[in-house]
Amino acid sequence: MAKLLEIRWHGRAGQGAKTAALVLAEAVISTGRHAQAFPEYGPERMGAPMQAFNRISDESITIHSHVERPKIVIVLDPTLMSTVDVKAGVPDDGIYLINTPLSVAEIRKKLKLDASKAKVYTLDATQISIDTIGRPIPNTPMMGALVAATGLLTLDELIGDTRIKLAKKLRPDVVDKNIEAIRRAYQEVAQ
Amino acid sequence: MSIRVAKTGNEAVAEGMRQINPDVVAAYPITPQTEIVQIFSSFVANGKVDTEFVTVESEHSAMSATVGAASAGARAMTATSANGLALMWEIVYIAASMRLPIVMPVVNRALSGPINIHCDHSDTMGARDSGWIQIFSENAQEAYDNLLQAVRIAENKNVLLPVMVTMDGFIISHAMEVMHLLEDEKVKQWVGEYVPENPLLDVDNPVTVGPLDLYDWNMEHKRQQAEAMVQAKPVILEVARNYAKLSGREYGLFEEYMLDDAEIAIVALGSTAGTAKEVVKALRADGVKAGLLKVRVFRPFPACEIARALQGKKAVAVMDRSDSFNAVSGPVFAEVRSAMYGIENAPAIVDYIYGIGGRDVTMDHIRSVYDDLAKIAKTGQVERTLTYLGIRE
Repeated sequence: MAKLLEIRWHGRAGQGAKTAALVLAEAVISTGRHAQAFPEYGPERMGAPMQAFNRISDESITIHSHVERPKIVIVLDPTLMSTVDVKAGVPDDGIYLINTPLSVAEIRKKLKLDASKAKVYTLDATQISIDTIGRPIPNTPMMGALVAATGLLTLDELIGDTRIKLAKKLRPDVVDKNIEAIRRAYQEVAQ
Repeated sequence: MSIRVAKTGNEAVAEGMRQINPDVVAAYPITPQTEIVQIFSSFVANGKVDTEFVTVESEHSAMSATVGAASAGARAMTATSANGLALMWEIVYIAASMRLPIVMPVVNRALSGPINIHCDHSDTMGARDSGWIQIFSENAQEAYDNLLQAVRIAENKNVLLPVMVTMDGFIISHAMEVMHLLEDEKVKQWVGEYVPENPLLDVDNPVTVGPLDLYDWNMEHKRQQAEAMVQAKPVILEVARNYAKLSGREYGLFEEYMLDDAEIAIVALGSTAGTAKEVVKALRADGVKAGLLKVRVFRPFPACEIARALQGKKAVAVMDRSDSFNAVSGPVFAEVRSAMYGIENAPAIVDYIYGIGGRDVTMDHIRSVYDDLAKIAKTGQVERTLTYLGIRE
């Protein structure tokens, strides 16, 4: 793993980008590594474009500025690709993980990444969450896709941590549905 | 052993308050402090603390109720940010002059206007002459550690002053990171049973609280208040030594980061110091003798100690996250430069006002400050004393 890994989440307020970043940090921290999670706070209104960030490292992290050059970008809402520069600051060999029904080739074209070294992954996380959880909450399956694409955590680590966390506030059958969403995403993410 | 957890700054402080288990908390929610009050009120509702929680209609009332409770003999706390602190103003001074050992987390946020919810230090810097001890925190761990130490500092019989413990709004208050909590039982023993000085409710020993104090004795009382701030310094260091035994984490009046042999140095408070450490590391790798002095205790101001630590450096930059609007400099610069007046081998010193209203301060920004310092160190010329870092003009 790179010494310091930075991640940027793009979502719309209310879609769970902040929660996803917090859940990821907590899961990483529980494996003994260091992590930060923080959202960008603007005028908060449902549906407004927003960002959340992670930093992950084997060593303690003292930087407390925004993430400007993320290695990994995760887009929870595909419509944001037309309004927000999701590529801003990302290195040529960056990793993009997009929630979309479109194919990887179509996203590469849309983001003008055809000839780039960047890795692009796609997943219809919204559909998966509707199928499994019964509601359009893409952040849970996107976590499964993220660990599949990056190996930041093992699938077991993610599921174990998510289970503990969700069990505190959800019924066991709802927890199972969330786990099912993660498993499906882990398998279905395309590169 | 301590408990390794993932917490935001607000969560860490709320946990600390739960472990302190104060007799009274009177607080009003304000962004970005809201979560502290929200989480703590859930501890009250769930019976996790014995605290009498007073929901008040404003911060003026929050501080008034806290002063009342502390006068009565309770271990009392509140918490606030920015405009909330501003609304408390009158009673903030009264708390200090009544020598009430109140502990108050302040989540730093820009004072209005224009209205802004993000971090700068204008709120607590405005209260720097209110007679409160002020301890700044770099991250969630420090906010928690400083909070626990604040109780012992405030209640020390040689001090008896209220303490503000700050952390940077959103940057720390809403950011999750790794930190270590002490066990509940350890904190309970650390803060101990509170024995108030001259409590109002000790009816066998009646006292008058808050009487009129005109020109016959007022000056003597204010002199005593000033002396308490002098006495606070050794107490803060003693509490830190004891806390190190408990936690393994060491604190001083300020932190010196690669400062010993540094030729150029930045003086900073709060989360920016953490970002600056990363820049110092990178500069050191390039052979640049850069260092950092992170001010932890701003009141009492460790003037002699800071002067000694910076003596012999070639160039020093002070980072001010608020403006004094005095046509000269920010408040931290005024203190640091004043501290160095008359010392031998005083460094060239410049001020950077930065991060106002939550403006992000990046590693590139901080590196540019060190670049400026390197130039000053080389030429011995200071082109300008005050720079607004990253400003568009």
